[in-house]
Amino acid sequence: MSLQQAREDARPEVHVRPGRFEFDAVRGVVAREWILYGQSWRATTFAAVVEPTIYLLAFGFGMGALIGTLAGYSYIDFLGTGIVAVSVMFQSMMPAVINTFIKRRYLRTYQAVLAAPVDVREVVTGEALWLAIRAGVYGCVPLLVAIGFGLRPGPGMLLVPLIAFTAGFAFALFGIWISSVIRSVRSMDYVFSGLFTPLFLLAGTFFPVTELPTWVQTLSVLNPLHHAVELIRGVVFGGLTLGDTTLHIAILFAFIVLMWSLACFQMRRRVVS
Amino acid sequence: MIRPNPGLSVPGSASAPRRVTSTAPEVPALHLSGVVKRFGTLTAVDGLHLEVPQGIVLGLLGPNGAGKSTTMRMLTAQSLATEGHISILGHTVPDESKWARARMGVVPQHDNLDEELTVEQNLRMFSYLYRVPRRQRRDAIARAMRLAQLEDRGDTIVDDLSGGMRRRLLIVRALLHRPELVLMDEPTVGLDPQVRQDLWSLIDALRAEGVTVVMSTHYIEEAERLSDEVALMSAGRIVERGTPTDLVAKYAGATVEEYLPDGDGADALQQLLHHHGFTTRRTGTTVSALRAEEIPDSLRDRLGTPQRRDSNLEDVFVALTGENVE
Repeated sequence: MSLQQAREDARPEVHVRPGRFEFDAVRGVVAREWILYGQSWRATTFAAVVEPTIYLLAFGFGMGALIGTLAGYSYIDFLGTGIVAVSVMFQSMMPAVINTFIKRRYLRTYQAVLAAPVDVREVVTGEALWLAIRAGVYGCVPLLVAIGFGLRPGPGMLLVPLIAFTAGFAFALFGIWISSVIRSVRSMDYVFSGLFTPLFLLAGTFFPVTELPTWVQTLSVLNPLHHAVELIRGVVFGGLTLGDTTLHIAILFAFIVLMWSLACFQMRRRVVS
Repeated sequence: MIRPNPGLSVPGSASAPRRVTSTAPEVPALHLSGVVKRFGTLTAVDGLHLEVPQGIVLGLLGPNGAGKSTTMRMLTAQSLATEGHISILGHTVPDESKWARARMGVVPQHDNLDEELTVEQNLRMFSYLYRVPRRQRRDAIARAMRLAQLEDRGDTIVDDLSGGMRRRLLIVRALLHRPELVLMDEPTVGLDPQVRQDLWSLIDALRAEGVTVVMSTHYIEEAERLSDEVALMSAGRIVERGTPTDLVAKYAGATVEEYLPDGDGADALQQLLHHHGFTTRRTGTTVSALRAEEIPDSLRDRLGTPQRRDSNLEDVFVALTGENVE
């Protein structure tokens, strides 16, 4: 056997489909994040557990003592389910904005990844998928904490990770799109104050949106977090009609399609000159 | 051309999965034809023609701003050509860039290793991205660490490595999938001479394996030492190409004489040499005459006492473009 032949025999077989979206490439991006997570899981888990616990303690006991019941639920139940959705948003959208920006702008991570047989769509999908998986798992933590605070467990809760994953995917894509739109770290102030705050305050997390002015209620229909909150409350407590469920899911999926397209388009503009 | 994987491929279908395999020897590793890259009003690459056969080390030599890095980015489809045609190992870029990237390795100019991870973790991450099959992954990582002489550093955090170790890791990261072509963008920039020598040995090892290497550099010594052929690049174009020996013989002769005239004598000396048909270089007040072995004694008597040295690629570059490389 010639040296050349020996070298070729030792070369790994790689199957690629140019122009096609390949799940193998997405898996590569997710695997990369999994390895990185091995370094940071303690801090991530700490934040995922402590933050909702503090929210539930402060608002649940503080406000709960004043409010008692809200929209037919005890306030701690109302808040506990709302915090799940907020936690999903923070677990997915925040790192999507910050980490993606740092990787692109300062660490040159995407320059390295795109030198491998991976395209921008696969990078965007892989990043969002990883954050969605993380949100799907950590999103359940507030639910467990709320159970500790008195929320009654039910079979519908088994659907919460699925909703958390879907909503997490949507918010991660939203965050990746934003991170590829902004030009500097300073612009993140606009994002956090102008986008995050209204998103989570106008979603029915702390109080029902029906208490808000009509025009704000109309706006909240466009807020994907509102639909995530409604779905989570629906599966935990029941009472969602088929029409409402379909509407919430349809809006979340439409949001995913829109954000995936925008994130891929804008990220390509940033990383391919 | 590409051999489809029996049982998996649909011949002629662009979307069919294909086994990444070696290219027929007659297919060039790189083929660029009339490639232009404009950024607004700036033309970074201006009608580039370049063909690189398989199995050689080609040095792309030019000063900063010559268009080397832009060319490298176009080869990985991270920058799209405004005009022209690019193919890599028979794959048209950017349309078939993923195929090309599955078969080549890219060593960037700027270190983009994950600093918080270990050597082994950095390599493992890229073994996933390069789709190294699970059963071959461990061997591929071990081989890469061996090539980089980092066998006993697998658990070391990258941030704790020396500059030379990081550079070696950056290079072998691009070799995990045993590419047929390796692109290196200024692989030794900013490194001390000893580390540079180590990296040269690594590139020699690749050459011995028959891997095609295209390496941009602005270090003359590096281009001369490593390259089978050198393409001199200036203002976005290849101005000349050949083996270092041939280029030096053709444009700079065997020796260069350097004169250090007093006062304002440099201008006069340069004019005198030009008058007799000699190409000169000017560095401060030093005037260097190329092809010095051809200077007649009658002229030499009027030039003063020179320092003699062998001609090099820098002389060629200056003779061709009037620019200094470094």
